[in-house]
This record gives sequence, C-alpha cells and structure tokens, in this order.
Amino acid sequence: MGAHDAAEIPEALGSFLAALSLGLGFNATVVVIGTTLLGLAAGAVGAFMLLRKRALMSDALSHATLPGVALAFLLGVALETDPRALPLLLAGATATSVLGVLAVQGITRASRIREDAAIGIVLSVFFGFGVVLLSYIQALPQGGQAGLKTFILGQTAAMRVPDAELIGAVALCALLVCALLYHPFRLVCFDADYGRVVGLPVTLVDLALMGLIVVVTVIGLKAVGLIMVVALVIVPAAAARFWTERMARFVPLSALFGGVAGWIGAARSASLPRLPAGAVIVLVAGVVFVLSFLFAPARGVLADAWRRLRLRLVTVRDHFLRAAFEQLEAAGTGAAGSFALADIAEDRGWSARHAGWIARWMAARGFAAHLPDGRMHLTPTGREAAQRVTRAHRLWEQLLLVQGAGRIGQAHRSADLVEHVLSPAMVAALEAELAARGATAQPMPPAPERSRQP
Amino acid sequence: MTPRDTSAPPVELAAARETAALPALAVRHLTVAYHESPVLWDVSWTTPAAGLIAIVGPNGAGKSTLIRASLGLVPKVSGQALFFGQPLSAVRARVGYLPQRSSVDWDFPASALDVVCMGRYRLHGWIGPLGRRHREAARAALAEVGMADYADRQIGQLSGGQQQRVFLARALAQDADLYLMDEPFAGVDAATERTIIEVLRILARAGKAVVAVHHDLATAPDYFDHVLILNGRLVGAGPMDSVFTPENLQRAYGGRLALLDQAIEAAARAAAGRRDAQA
Repeated sequence: MGAHDAAEIPEALGSFLAALSLGLGFNATVVVIGTTLLGLAAGAVGAFMLLRKRALMSDALSHATLPGVALAFLLGVALETDPRALPLLLAGATATSVLGVLAVQGITRASRIREDAAIGIVLSVFFGFGVVLLSYIQALPQGGQAGLKTFILGQTAAMRVPDAELIGAVALCALLVCALLYHPFRLVCFDADYGRVVGLPVTLVDLALMGLIVVVTVIGLKAVGLIMVVALVIVPAAAARFWTERMARFVPLSALFGGVAGWIGAARSASLPRLPAGAVIVLVAGVVFVLSFLFAPARGVLADAWRRLRLRLVTVRDHFLRAAFEQLEAAGTGAAGSFALADIAEDRGWSARHAGWIARWMAARGFAAHLPDGRMHLTPTGREAAQRVTRAHRLWEQLLLVQGAGRIGQAHRSADLVEHVLSPAMVAALEAELAARGATAQPMPPAPERSRQP
Repeated sequence: MTPRDTSAPPVELAAARETAALPALAVRHLTVAYHESPVLWDVSWTTPAAGLIAIVGPNGAGKSTLIRASLGLVPKVSGQALFFGQPLSAVRARVGYLPQRSSVDWDFPASALDVVCMGRYRLHGWIGPLGRRHREAARAALAEVGMADYADRQIGQLSGGQQQRVFLARALAQDADLYLMDEPFAGVDAATERTIIEVLRILARAGKAVVAVHHDLATAPDYFDHVLILNGRLVGAGPMDSVFTPENLQRAYGGRLALLDQAIEAAARAAAGRRDAQA
C-alpha cells in the first residue's frame, strides 16, 4: 500500500464511509451490493459444507479454477473475442473446478488415499498447471495476463458493473436454493444413511450442495481471489457456530457474517482501490471469528471459562458452609454459635492463606462474619444456605447407602460432587425416592460417619 | 409365513388378507462382502408380519450388515430384500430405521425435537417448513419415550440413554409398520432400557414388526418372540422357544460357555413365563 500522503487518508476514510452507506456513486454501489450478496451466499453454503465436513473441498475447488481461467482466456484469444469477458472466464473456471472435485472423489473412491490428502494433491497440481498457463499467456502478444492476475488475490475495484450484476444475481440464486433445500441439506449433513432409508435422493442432494459450492467459489474469484475464497466459505460458518446450537439460526447467522464481510470489504476496497478486496473481506471475517470465539455466550471461550469458574466458586462456597455447619453441629452450640476458621481449614485441607481468602469472600457475600474474638459465625443467610447444602449432601449419601452402594467413603465422595448441583426440585425427588425405599428423609439427617459409630 | 387360503373368498378380501400376512422383511440368498471378505453368506430369512424379532450372534456375525444391506446402505454381492413383499423403494413410508448410536455427530446444531422432526419428512415432503401437525406428532413421539421435557436440548447435551430415546422417537415419528433397529439397547442405562422395551411392546401389540440387533443373550428370550441367530451364515431362525436352543447358540458362538449357560437359563425362564401366561 505504501505511500498515502496526508491528504489522501481522510479522503479515503470519507469515501469508505460513503461506500458503506452505498453513497459512492452508481458503479461502486453495484459492486458493493454484488459482493455483499456473494458474502451472504458463501456464508449460507459454507454453513452446510462445515456440517457436511467438506469445508476444505472449496479450497481444492478454488485452486482448480486457475487453469480454467487461463484456458478460457486462450480460447477467447483463439476465437478472437474479448478474452477477458467475465462470463467466458468463469465458465472456464467452473469447468476445471468441477474436474477438480471429480478428481478428489475419484482418488478417494479408487484408492485408500483419504480426502484431506486427495484435496492437497488436486489443489497443488491444478494450481501449478494454472501458473504454467499464466506464464505462457504473459509471453503472448495480446497484452499479457494483467486481467487474470486479479483472480488470484481478488480486486473489487477492477470489477465492472455487468460483472457485479452477474455475481450478485448468481449469489441470489444460490441463496434461494439454500432456502429451498434447507431440509434435505440438513438431513444429508446430519445423517445421510437415515436420509437414504426414508427415501431422500442423497446423491442428488449432495450433488446440489457441491454445485452450490462450485458456483459460490467461482463467482467469488473476482472479488476475493482464489487463494482466499475458501475463507469466505469457512470462516463465517465457523464464527456462527459459536453463537447457537440451532441449525435454523446457524445458517442465517453464517450468511449474515459472510454478508457483512463482503459489504465492509468491498466498501473498503472501493475507497482504497489499491487494497486487495479479498484480503479485506477475509480480515473482516477473521475479526468476526475472533470476536465470536472469545465473546459468544453459547460456546465462546470466555463464557465457557466463566461457567467453569462459577462452578468452582459454588463448590468452594458449599464446602465452606457445610464444614462450618458440621463444626457447629459437633460443638453442639447450634447454628448461631461460633467456629474457628483454622478448624475448617484443617477439615477441608486448605492452607491458612487459602482459607483466609475464602473467609473474606464469604464475609463479603454475607454468608459469614468475623467476630471480635477472631472466630467466625454464620449470618442468617449463611445458616440457611449451610443447612440446605448439608441436607442435600446427606440425603444423597443416604440414598446411595439405602441402594447398597458399598462403603460410606464412596457415598461421601459422590455426595461431595453432587451437592453443588442439586436443585430444590431434585432434592424433592430425592426425598420421594428415599420415602419409596422406606427411609424417611429427616429435616436434617445425621452425618452417616457418626451414626455408624457405636 | 401362514399358508395361503386357497378356497375362494371375494377377491378384495383375499388381497387384504394376503397383505396383512405378508412377511415384514424377507431376505433371499443375501451375500455381502467388505473388501473381498464375505460378512454375510447366502442368508435367506423371513420374518413374521408382526412381533418383536431379535438378530443375535457373535461380534462380526453380520447382524448390522444384514439390516444395512436390506436397507440398501451397503452394497449386496447378491440376493435381495423384500419389505411386505415389495422392494424398499415401493414401501419406504412403512419402514422405520434406528441407526447405531456411534454413527451420529453429537455436536451437530440440532435439538431433540429437530432430530425427531426428521422422522416426519417422508410424510411432509422435503420442501418448506414443517407444519404444525408434524411438529405435534414429533412432540408426541418424544413424550412416548419420556423425553418431552428435553425437546429443546441440543442432542450432545443429553446422556447416552436420552440420546437413544430421541432416536427411537424419530423412528416412531415415521409412523411405520416395520422398524429396523441397530442395537437399540447398546450403552443405555437401566431406565432407558425399560422405556425402550415398553415402547417396543406397545408397537408389537399394535401389530407392528420390530427387527432389532441385540447383544445381550440373557435378555433376548425375555424381550423378543422371534429370533435370527447369525454367524456369517444363518444358524437358526424362528420362534424364540424353538430356535434359541443350546445347540444353536453353541453353533453360533463356539465355546464361550459361561455366557451361553446364562443365556440358556434365561431362555428356559422366559419359556416357562410364556407357558404360564398362556395357561
């Protein structure tokens, strides 16, 4: 990108904002709309490909387009038509990319080479052939390969209005097919065998899906370039997967992410023509992915870490409360009595420092309070919570013992794990189960350790 | 198969009776091979028109393969499978399928209800959103297996037994006459096993046929009325009491005696139980 002078940057920013709001003039607007539709279609098709576990197929496919583009150019030269006409070049791209897909399937069917290796083979061999053809074209007198190079990295600025219209129209058709075949695609992705049994023409549906990915990849060449078009298929889908567990939301969300990437990328590229649009589009998709990976509430890593941390905190709180309750029970002072933090630390095997930290946290949460003499007592809230967790623990122990689950140590350990997650409904179910087995669930069952002693 | 009635009742009635008595599944000279080694060898077998039918046999006996080849999911070397006297393509709506649990992608973005709804495609068609009637039917199927409260849960967040019940519900939602089940009891908890066998018994009482691959010889005589014993080849097939014998099991399983003793005891118990029930 290099040399922007001071005046160019604000100007570029202004035209970027103008392009975002589609106020950049007719040509740029058409290009931005076309690329946005392309992103929507790639996101939707990518969602299905991700679930079909064929996401990388689009990589083999995109690289396999290059020889087709070059051959179509040569054909155009031979026929003395415009060798850079987009429909011609895309037809060539489609032809060799279909060949590429067939090659991948042929290799995996006829031999024991697996699909990932087959994709690697097809991708590199086809691409290599394309590069050879390009260097041959460069030596031709017809003006070299200038128009073709944009197919490798993509450039929306080089797009003409009819090109953008073609891309947008095809993308729209792809979106329609996705909506129409949503149920067949879902079943093929989830359980193709079951689909066959209930009469789904699985091979045909798979073919339609492969057709869509060919179409999306080929129309993505001009805007994104063949190296990065795979990202427009995979990244929005991967990002969308963090947000939802429902297919009916996953596919539209993936399309939306792809659309946003296409829109912002094309707008940026329209305002800064030297910026390769493909890179910007993929970067926008990458940012969406990273944000989703970190912050998505359903499956994002931070939400996950927070859930784990919360469970750990609940566990520590419950252990503190039950230990306090049992100290008070053993001392016979009643729930309002006082206890020494050191005893609890010993009981739980906590270091003094760890115990001190927990005690401060419990005091801050209003479960316990420090007394002037250095001992602690449970607040009314704390007493209630301590009673609840101890009771859940002991009911569970009791149930396991009634069921004849081996030694008391086992029952205790199991209860130790379960007490934190027993909801009031589950405690009620426990009580019913115990009653059904002829054991009464007392308001506070005695600790089995002590009740066993003579 | 019941003998055909040759005295001449009105034609339509005869046709109706014949349809009712047609075997749910008949395989003829079925041979299947994976990579040149045969898994199933010339198996000819006819199930009754209704009832609970087990396929038992040692590991690698071709139990799952028999089901999958009948359904056209693995290629046959030779032979054919007829469902209610017709090829599968003519009677798909009457055939339900419960695949092996291990074949499922549990991370798939689908809820329990989504999965059960897939069982309604045959009745609903492939295009367009699933109508209310079909969603209700799917919910009813979930309720039948005791999973109504989990309809919106993502399938990976269910326990193994719950997952199996969801897939059973999907088969039920198909509203079929024959259900082919690949190890419905594999890796499920005791409560799920009870639920599944109750559902299967309800199906049998409603005149449906269930063909299930079954691993536990000790429960087979208790759960099923008919049995096919396989060991690559057909070892025995027919009513449980006459086919589930020490000799046949010995032939299928070879010398694993402790296992067989248990199975034979169970068979005797179940046979006694059935005699009592009939008396």
